[in-house]
Amino acid sequence: MSSSLIIGQYVPGNSIVHRLDPRTKITVIFFFVFIVFFANSVLSYTTLTVFALVTVIITKIPIRFIMKGLTPVWFLIIFTFILHLIVTKEGTVLFDIFGFNIYTGALIQGFAISMRFFLLILVTSLLTLTTTPIEITDAIEEMLHPLKKIKFPVHELALMMSISLRFIPTLLQETEKISRAQASRGVDFKTGPLKERIKAVVPLLVPLFVSAFKRAEELAMAMEARGYQGGEGRTKLRELKIEKIDIAVYILFTLVIAIVLYTRS
Amino acid sequence: MDITFKNVSYIYQRNTPFAHKAIEDLSFHIPSGSFVAIIGHTGSGKSTLIQHLNGLVSPSSGEVTIGEYRLTDEEKPKRMKELRSRVGVVFQYPEHQLFEETVEKDIAFGPQNFDIPKADINKRIKEVVPKVGLQEELLKRSPFELSGGQMRRVAIAGVLAIKPDVLVLDEPTAGLDPRGQKEMMDMFYTMHKEEGLTTVLVTHSMEDAVKYADHVIILNNGTKYMEGKPEDVLTQQEALNKVQLDVPEAVQFLQSFEKRFGVTIPFTRQSTKEIAQSIQRYIKEAGSRE
Ligand SMILES: Nc1ncnc2c1ncn2[C@@H]1O[C@H](COP(=O)(O)OP(=O)(O)OP(=O)(O)O)[C@@H](O)[C@H]1O
Ligand SMILES: [Mg+2]
Repeated sequence: MSSSLIIGQYVPGNSIVHRLDPRTKITVIFFFVFIVFFANSVLSYTTLTVFALVTVIITKIPIRFIMKGLTPVWFLIIFTFILHLIVTKEGTVLFDIFGFNIYTGALIQGFAISMRFFLLILVTSLLTLTTTPIEITDAIEEMLHPLKKIKFPVHELALMMSISLRFIPTLLQETEKISRAQASRGVDFKTGPLKERIKAVVPLLVPLFVSAFKRAEELAMAMEARGYQGGEGRTKLRELKIEKIDIAVYILFTLVIAIVLYTRS
Repeated sequence: MDITFKNVSYIYQRNTPFAHKAIEDLSFHIPSGSFVAIIGHTGSGKSTLIQHLNGLVSPSSGEVTIGEYRLTDEEKPKRMKELRSRVGVVFQYPEHQLFEETVEKDIAFGPQNFDIPKADINKRIKEVVPKVGLQEELLKRSPFELSGGQMRRVAIAGVLAIKPDVLVLDEPTAGLDPRGQKEMMDMFYTMHKEEGLTTVLVTHSMEDAVKYADHVIILNNGTKYMEGKPEDVLTQQEALNKVQLDVPEAVQFLQSFEKRFGVTIPFTRQSTKEIAQSIQRYIKEAGSRE
């Protein structure tokens, strides 16, 4: 079913990337997203691509798996490229197909934008591929900590996030189970006219909502029964800690930023 | 309908790092009209196996045939809906599939999808509701106002109303009270006999397997571990213990009896009463010899 989409999926592992402090990963990715928009020369793009690919290799996640998981995104990337070929009219005319003049500028720009897109998606999906949802929320809670001063409900936000993330797989499983049960009762989710298929969603959604509400109630009760009463005075089982390797990554990444800024034309 | 598995394997999330072989090289044959129990430790692949029976999943390799329908990795039956109307599946915790406003509508949902005429559906509901042990007053109620056990019965009625030729039951009585469990199993057994169904029962209960099945298949880690008549398979204590299963209580009793008194009473799926009678006979004989 949805098994080919990898965005948001965690692949267990023990690589350096897996073990980095999640705050380091989020920070690096945040700045990577910015710096991608600064790249505008062959060298700066190469630097970023090498950085991204080396990271992928270090994670030990099969490259084929990642590429396949990005299938829906490939479509967008190619679409962007073609759009640029048609619309951009800079540089000299290279050749023409179907009456469209293809300019050199268009080719270069199309390629650059697609590359930018690809790098963004690849690097951001690396975050969820190598970090558990719990780590991500812990990191976000830590990083938003200063906002507590202005009464921003940081702990509650993090709790909501981690509960939602925790229940995504459960809900997906439930969806699959219920859709199988209803398919056995003759519901056809895959073929037939659109109207029929929309109607087929009702027997799926109703039980799903019912069970989600039931779960929410049960969870709230279980949390209260075990004495949960908000973030006040609560300690953590796993403390986040910046290690030497994190510092090394920061230094390395600053170097990458410097190179990109230096090599832009 | 005859059911045949030929070297069937099934892999979840194939071609990803999460790929997981749930069934491996499984072959067996279930003749039409038999009552088969599928037993295995949790995670041994029972639920995965039964999803092949109405084409919810297709084998990753190998071949499944159900009557005239054939399932392989490349080929699915063209008349899938027809297959599903002839193979009814009661899933683990089927109460999760309820969604209609009233119990009556929910039971009618399956038959409607399979284009059964309205009048027929009403007749079937009248038949099936008392069978599963529900009161007719409940028909107009919302299924979500019922108790867990009642919801389970509604869900089962919803599958029975389809009137399938093959009935597949995935632990249908888990979580019911002991009396309800017995009533439910007896009901399935009566239907099996009266309507000449082919029944596939997934269960953890050795007692149910001995009592109802005429053929058992034991799964372990997705492969077939043992297969045969209940009295042959379910008496092999050592082999069963190896896969975290136990022999039925009656067998345990007869084995202890043999150890203690040196008398062998062969296990032929007799009831408690029959065992008591054999013992009685033995004591009488022993008494008259003295
Ligand atoms: N949707 C799924 N995705 C990935 N793996 C799965 C999925 N469903 C089941 N599995 C795995 O396949 C194996 C067999 O599962 P299955 O549900 O068939 O076991 P079972 O014998 O029915 O167990 P139980 O007695 O607990 O119901 C298990 O190891 C399980 O983790
Ligand atoms: Mg199961």
